[in-house]
Formats: sequence, C-alpha cells, structure tokens
Amino acid sequence: MSCTILVFVKQVPDTKNVTGDAMKPDGTINRQALPAIFNPEDLNALELALQLKDRYGAKVIVATMGLPAAAGILRDSLFRGADETVLLTDRALGGSDTLATSFALSRLAKKVGHFDLVLCGRQAIDGDTAQVGPQIAEKLGIPQISYVQEVQELGDGKIRAKRAIEGGYEVLEAPLPALLTVVDANQPRPQNASRIIKYKKAKTPSEIAAAKGAPATDEEIAALSAKGLLIKEWNAAYCVPQDEFNRLGKAGSPTNVKHILSVVLTAGNFQEVAPTQEAVGNLVHELIEDHTLG
Amino acid sequence: MENTAIGNVWVFIEQEGGKIADVSLELVCKGRELADQLGVKVEALLLGDKIEHCCATLFQYGCDNVFLVEDPRLEPFTVLPFAKVIVDLIREHRPNILMFGATMKGRELAPRVASEKLAGLTADCTDLRIDDFDDQRNGKYYKNKLMQIRPAFGGNIIATIVNTWDDPQMVTVREGVMKMGEPDASRAGTVTRVTPALTAQEMVVKVIERVRQEKTVNLKGAQIIVAGGYGVGSAANFKLIHDLAKTLGGQVGASRAAVDAGWIDHDHQVGQTGVTVRPKLYIACGISGSVQHRAGMAESKKIIAINTDPAAPIFSVAHYGIIGDLNQVIPMMIKAYKSKA
Repeated sequence: MSCTILVFVKQVPDTKNVTGDAMKPDGTINRQALPAIFNPEDLNALELALQLKDRYGAKVIVATMGLPAAAGILRDSLFRGADETVLLTDRALGGSDTLATSFALSRLAKKVGHFDLVLCGRQAIDGDTAQVGPQIAEKLGIPQISYVQEVQELGDGKIRAKRAIEGGYEVLEAPLPALLTVVDANQPRPQNASRIIKYKKAKTPSEIAAAKGAPATDEEIAALSAKGLLIKEWNAAYCVPQDEFNRLGKAGSPTNVKHILSVVLTAGNFQEVAPTQEAVGNLVHELIEDHTLG
Repeated sequence: MENTAIGNVWVFIEQEGGKIADVSLELVCKGRELADQLGVKVEALLLGDKIEHCCATLFQYGCDNVFLVEDPRLEPFTVLPFAKVIVDLIREHRPNILMFGATMKGRELAPRVASEKLAGLTADCTDLRIDDFDDQRNGKYYKNKLMQIRPAFGGNIIATIVNTWDDPQMVTVREGVMKMGEPDASRAGTVTRVTPALTAQEMVVKVIERVRQEKTVNLKGAQIIVAGGYGVGSAANFKLIHDLAKTLGGQVGASRAAVDAGWIDHDHQVGQTGVTVRPKLYIACGISGSVQHRAGMAESKKIIAINTDPAAPIFSVAHYGIIGDLNQVIPMMIKAYKSKA
C-alpha cells in the first residue's frame, strides 16, 4: 500500500538544559537565551513515521506551526528522511493555547488533503500538556491512540498499535485515518550525510527573500520546488477561512495567563551536616530521638 | 436548570475493576472545598460497568450526586465512548468546573472533551483557588473564577491560568497533589442513572489485548522515603538507595531524571509528573531538585539533601544539607542507624 503520513512537530526552547547564560541576575530565566531544539518526542514520532515508510512505503509530510525560524526543524526532518515539509507561520497565530493550536493544525491537515495517519509526539517540553494531539484528532473527527510504543500492523484501512497504559500495555486497533501520539520508545535515526548535502539548500520563500534582500519570485519558488527543496510556507489565510479567524491565536484561546511568577532560587536555610561518620551519626541520632526514625 | 445559575463542580471518577483511583477521591475532597466556597454541589461522573457500589464511597468523601453511567461498552476504558458520554452530560447540565486526574487516562480523555466542548483545559495543576479575574486587556471583570496554578517552561515559571470562555473550566491534577480527607460514613447523596447514547461511531477503536498489574509501590502512604536522582549514577548503584530505604523501613523514590535514565520504574517517581508525597522524612540523594521535583516533596516534614553540588536547588527546601558524595554518606547513615536504633 502507499500511504501518506502527516507528522506534526514543534520547535521548543531547551528547558531541560538551563545553563548559566539563561539565568538573569535576579535568578529568573531568560527564555530568549535558551537554544531552540526539535521537541524530543516529536523526533520519536518522526522516527515511527520513517520506520513505517521503510516497512510499507509511505510519503512522510512533516509540518509545524511556529516562527519563521522553525524551518530549522523541518530541514532537520528532511535530513532524517522526510519527503515534504510545511511551515505554518502567521502573526494571527500568536498567543494560541492548545485549543487554538489544535484548530490551526487541523486546518493545515485539511489543506494537505489526503492522509492516512497523523503522528505527534506525546507532549512538548515547554508546556508538558500532552493536549494538542488528542485535540487535533477531535477536530479532524478521527480516532486517537495515545502513548504509542510501536505499530504492529498497518494495512487494510486500519492500524494496530501497542501503547502504554498505567501499569502495563494495550494493543489497540483503529480504522484509518487515525492519530497517534508517540512516546520515547524508539531511537530516532541520525541525520543522513547525503541527505544533508542535498537538503541543506532547502528553504522557505522567506528564507530566500532574507538571503537576497528582496521577495522570492514565483520562478525561484517553482525552481526550488522542482528540485524538491522547497519548504512550503503557509499563512493562516491559506489554511483557514476568514469566518474561522476568530478561532485562531489569542481570540481562539479560552485560557488566559493571569499571572506569571518566575521561579527564583533562594538560598536555603538548612542546617549543614558534614559528610563525616560522626556528624551523620549525630543527625541519625537526632532523628531517632524526635521519633522521625525508628 | 436556569442558565443564569452557576453550575456545579464535577469530578471525573477513574476506576479500574470497580476500584476508584486515589486521585479521584482526592479531587472529590478538593471539589467539596471549591463547591462550598461557590455555594454549589459536587457531582461525580462514574462510567463503567457494574460499578454502582462505588457510589457509597463517593458520598463518604463528599459527593452530593453521582451520575452513574453503566454499560458493557464502557469496559475497558477507551477514549471515544467516554468522551461522548461526558460531552453529552456537560451539554445537558452545564457544570462550572470539571476536574480529571492527570493520569494516563485523564490526560488523553480530558483534551478530547475540551476540544469538542470548546472549553479551556489546564494540565497538571498544582493548586486550585477561587478568585476574581480582572481582565484589563478586554475590560471585563469575572467573579469567582477558578485560578489554575501550574509550573510551565520546564518548571522555571509558575503560571496562574484563568478560563474565560463558557463553562466548564477544565483542569487535570496529578495524584497526591490534593489532600484526601477522611471518609464520613454518615454522608449520603443521590444517584442519577444515565443511559449512554453511544453509536457505532464511538466504538471504532478495538482493544485487542490488555495487560496490566496493580501498582506495587505505595509512595503516598510512606512515612519515610529515600529518593535517588541522576547523581546516583547507574542502575546498579541504585542498590544503595534500596539499602538505605530498607534499613530505615522506608520506600524508594526517584526523580524524573533517574526514571528517564531507566534506573528505576516510573511508579517510584516523585514530582509534578509523578506522585506528590508528604512523608515524615524525605532523603534526597543525588537529586538536583528541579521545580517539578520540589513540587512533589517540599511539604515533607523533614528533608535531608545529599549532593556534591552546594548550588543544587534541592538545598533550598532542605532542613539538613550534606554536601558530599552519596556513595560515602549513605553507608555512614546505614552504619549509624544500625548501631543506634
């Protein structure tokens, strides 16, 4: 069979590796100083898509919503084996919560047209909500299988996948098209050297424009597309009808951030105990005396 | 019900084989508190098959009413039929607040419900409060909204989220975050039986195989927890943590980093994405102490932190700090305890 797999990915700040440079003098974090990375579980979703491509033959389309710089993770996807890429970028999408994000991505999926599978990482490390995958599935009116570890079978219009549940696992079967959220259960393949050579020239129209200081012409875009080097760049109006614009960005987001408190690390007021047998022994004795231990 | 009336507080009850998940009872207790403040009822959504016996327990923890939905098609749990039943109930009864445990089930079900109902949903709240919201940006003032407090951005910020669209205000909360009160056998409530309107459309996902075991670790009930982090260094070295826990009569906990490294099972994880604990004594060994981890253990009565890095954030919540190598300090503790106890 030949199937089309749509993989949604996100560029995220590397919140796990907050280094000295990212800390402001007041102890709060400077978000702009964090490096932008490919969301880890989205790499697992891409890897699963590429494995299915290896096994069954498939067209893998990787799409993201984000700032123009998010084209970086789309190029990375091309280096690893993706066939096509789409960047959805628009100021109108700023301030989207998970509901508005899933709405925009569902409209992107409809614009892509035919797909058999949609894959997402379980969650992104900047928000850790795990909500966008299930919400895209609902918006598209298709079933979801969450926390997928491996696909056992794909074909005959259905998919059978093993997924994690609390304290064990389940094997679920769903009709296609279906959406899967993928957990960290595979080893994403590295970038392929010959693909890097070819696809490092892949660009969005905005990147062409930035490089030459003038808008990209239709001919330039067509030439790039003919060589398979075009990262498609769509705006909101291309995917979303005008009467649905109120469902995008801040306007389409039911949740509001009332207050943000930066976490400031204060020096602790703890009693220091020397790492010696005597000092540790005294501590243990104290804890036995006050009935914490024993 | 009048549309102008403020809706009730709802709790989705998670059950497996007729046994209610602790997190659901914790949320019933929190729901009772919120409902009393708002002057409304606490109602439970209990879905499954042959589970009527669960109602009595829910009343004892503070529910006023249970929507009981029994149907063989609701066992085992799958997302689509559950979402359909819950969305239908929301449309009919218009609750004000709807809470789910941030379990694997809750985290795949709640977003599907929120998406269909076009409701806001905040994941993994660490605190919930009722307060007014002055939306200066849009010039609107909202009374008695649910303040949904959660860490974000890898735990580097704490955000207060407010949901300003129509009901319900939806949240998920991790196990152990809210305190479970004592059951009161004198409490009673009503049962509202609901016949689910399920069609073939919701039944397209088939469960082919299902393998699960009950959790063998009870961190929440432990009085003493010895927890290991990335500083433990290896799966083999986790034996030290087990040894100390065994000596002191405690349970073994772990940070997410240690779990992610594969050194110990997720059931042992303490923190925002694990269990929240409040033991008499918490010994953090080689744990740097991210906000998420601290959120899960900072209320422990006594905290000992052992870490080679004096700048580790874990020391900000510790009562006793040992700046040193856990490989040396833990054997000292074992030796001291064995000689003195």
